[in-house]
Amino acid sequence: MTQFIIRRTFYALISLFILSVTIFAIVRLTGDPVTMLAEPGARAEDLDRLRAEWGLDRSWPVQYLTFAKNVFTGDLGKSFNYQMPVSTLYFQRLPASLQLALAATFISFIIGIPAGLISAVKVNSAWDNAGKVVALFGLAVPGFWLGLVMILIFSVWLGWLPTSGQGGILHLIMPSVALGWYFAASLLRLTRSSMLEVMRSEYIKLARLKGLPGYVVIAVHAFKNALIPVLTLAGINLVVMINAGVIIEVIFAWPGIGRLLYEGIFQRDFPLVQGVVIQAGIMIVLINLTIDILYAYIDPRIRLAK
Amino acid sequence: MAFVTEQTRAALAGSAPILAGLRRRWLRLAAGLPVVPLAILIPFVLIAVFANVVAPYDPTEPIPGAKLFEPPFWADGANPAALLGTDFQGRDILSRLIYGARVSLIVGVMGTIVAGGVGTTLGIMAGYLGGWVDQVIMRITDAWLALPALVFAIFLATMVGPSMWNIIIILGAVYWTRYARVIRGEVLSLREREYVKLAEIAGASSARVILRHVLPNVLNSAMVLASLTIGVVIIAEASLSFLGVGVPPPEPAWGSMLADGRSMLMVGDWWLTVLPGLCIMMVVLATQLMGDWLRVRLDPQLRNL
Repeated sequence: MTQFIIRRTFYALISLFILSVTIFAIVRLTGDPVTMLAEPGARAEDLDRLRAEWGLDRSWPVQYLTFAKNVFTGDLGKSFNYQMPVSTLYFQRLPASLQLALAATFISFIIGIPAGLISAVKVNSAWDNAGKVVALFGLAVPGFWLGLVMILIFSVWLGWLPTSGQGGILHLIMPSVALGWYFAASLLRLTRSSMLEVMRSEYIKLARLKGLPGYVVIAVHAFKNALIPVLTLAGINLVVMINAGVIIEVIFAWPGIGRLLYEGIFQRDFPLVQGVVIQAGIMIVLINLTIDILYAYIDPRIRLAK
Repeated sequence: MAFVTEQTRAALAGSAPILAGLRRRWLRLAAGLPVVPLAILIPFVLIAVFANVVAPYDPTEPIPGAKLFEPPFWADGANPAALLGTDFQGRDILSRLIYGARVSLIVGVMGTIVAGGVGTTLGIMAGYLGGWVDQVIMRITDAWLALPALVFAIFLATMVGPSMWNIIIILGAVYWTRYARVIRGEVLSLREREYVKLAEIAGASSARVILRHVLPNVLNSAMVLASLTIGVVIIAEASLSFLGVGVPPPEPAWGSMLADGRSMLMVGDWWLTVLPGLCIMMVVLATQLMGDWLRVRLDPQLRNL
C-alpha cells in the first residue's frame, strides 16, 4: 500500500510538473509576457521595470524555477484589477462555486442515477430508450443555452424564479440544473453500463438462484457494487464543475470561480487567468490522486497490479 | 419481337436476379443509413457550403435602411426584407445564422481533424515504440487531461488572441488526449498480433509496419472517436465565442450570437438566443447520432465508449 501511494504520488507530481511547464511555455511562446503583465498603454520604462520585477529579463530555466517555487508556495501572482493575490481571490470565490457545484451534483444524481438504474434493469425497454434520449440530449444541448431558455420561461414569461445572483434556494434552481444537466447524462450512461456489468456477474446469478426477490438482488447486491464507479465519476465531476462552470456562472451572475475567470478574460487580467487555471489543475490532480488511493485501499487488485 | 433472339431473352432473364440483387443491396444500405441525422446534417452542410448563395445579406454589415432589433416575420411590425429580424447592429439574423453554420462546421470538422491527427499519431507512437517514448507521451496526456477542457481552451485562447484558425488549433490541442489514450491501448494489443510480428520478422521497418499494418487497424476507432468529437468541438467553439474569446466579431458565430442576444432576453425577444442555440443543438444531436451509428457499424467493442 505504501509503495502504491508513493508511486501514485510520484505520478501526480510529474503531472503537476508537466502542467506547470506547459503553462509556463505557452505564456512565453505566444508573445511577450510583459505586455500581458502591464496594464494596456503602459510606457516602455514601466515595461522594463516590470520585466526586472518579475525576473523576465533572466534566462528561461531561472524564470521557470522562480515560477515553480511561487506556485509551490501558493503564490499565484497578484490580480491587476483587484490588486489582491490571486490565491486569496480564488479561495474567496470557492464557497459560491462549491455551493453551486454541490447543488448541480445533487441534480445530476436525482436525474442520472435512477434513470440509469431503470435503463439497466429494464434493458431494451421503452424506459431504456427514454434514458437513451435523455443521455443524448444531455450531450447535445449546451448547458448555457438550457440556462438561457430556462431564464426565458421561468423568469421572463412565468416570473417564478429570479434571473441571477446568489441568494436563497430559488436562486440555485436554474443554475444548478443548467450546470448539472450534462453531468446527469454522463452519470446516467455510467450507471447503466456499470449496472449491466454487475448484473452479469456470478454473484448476482447466485443471489437469484438462492431465490432472493428481484428487488433485493438489484438494490442490495447489484446497485451497491455498481455505485463505486458512479461515485468516483461524481467526485471528479464535482471538482470539474467548481472550476469549469464559467458560462453558467456568467449567465446567472453567480459570484464564483468561473465568473472570476471571466472577469479575468474580459479585463485582460492575465495573472488572474493564469492563476485560476493553475489552481484548477492542482485541484484536479489532487482529487484524482485521492480517489486512486481510496480505490487502492478498497480494492487490493489495484494496489497489487503493476 | 422478331429481333429479340433467344439469346437476348436468356440474357435478360439472367440479368433480372442480378438487378434485383443490386436493388436489394441498395435498399439494405438505404435502410441501414441513419435517416434522422442525415436529414439534419445534409441541409446544414449544404447551407454552410453555399452560404454566399443562400444568405440574403452580408452577415457582417447592417441591412441598408433596416432598423435595429427588427422583429421576425411572425411578429407585428416585421420588416419583410429581414425574415428573422435584425440584431443590435441592424444585421440580418437569418444571414448570420446561415454563415454561422459555416463557422461552426469548419471549426468542428477541422478541430476534430487536428485533434484526431495529433492524438492518433502520438497514440500510435506511444503504443508501438513503447519504452520512454510511451512514458513521455502518456505522462503529457495525463497532465493535459487534468485541466478541464473548457478552462484550458479559455486559457489558450486568451494567450493567442482570437481568430477562427487559432480556435481550430486550440481545440485540437485540447482534445487530442482522448485519441492518444484509446489508440495507444489498441496499438498495444495490435503489436502482439501474428501479422505484425511476422512483418517485423520479415524485416519491415517500423515506419512500414506502422503505415501498412497498424494505422489501417486503428482508423476505425479513430473515425468513431472523431464522429463523437465533432459535437464536443462545436459546443466548445460556441462556448468560447459566447465568452468573447472565440471567433472574433463581426464574423457570425452561433455562440457570439447567443451572447449578443442575451440582453434582449429580459424584454422577451427570445428568438435572438433561442434560434442560434437550436442550430447548435440540432447539429450536435445529428453528429452524435451519426457517431452512435458509426460506432455500432464499425466497432462493436467501442459500444460502451
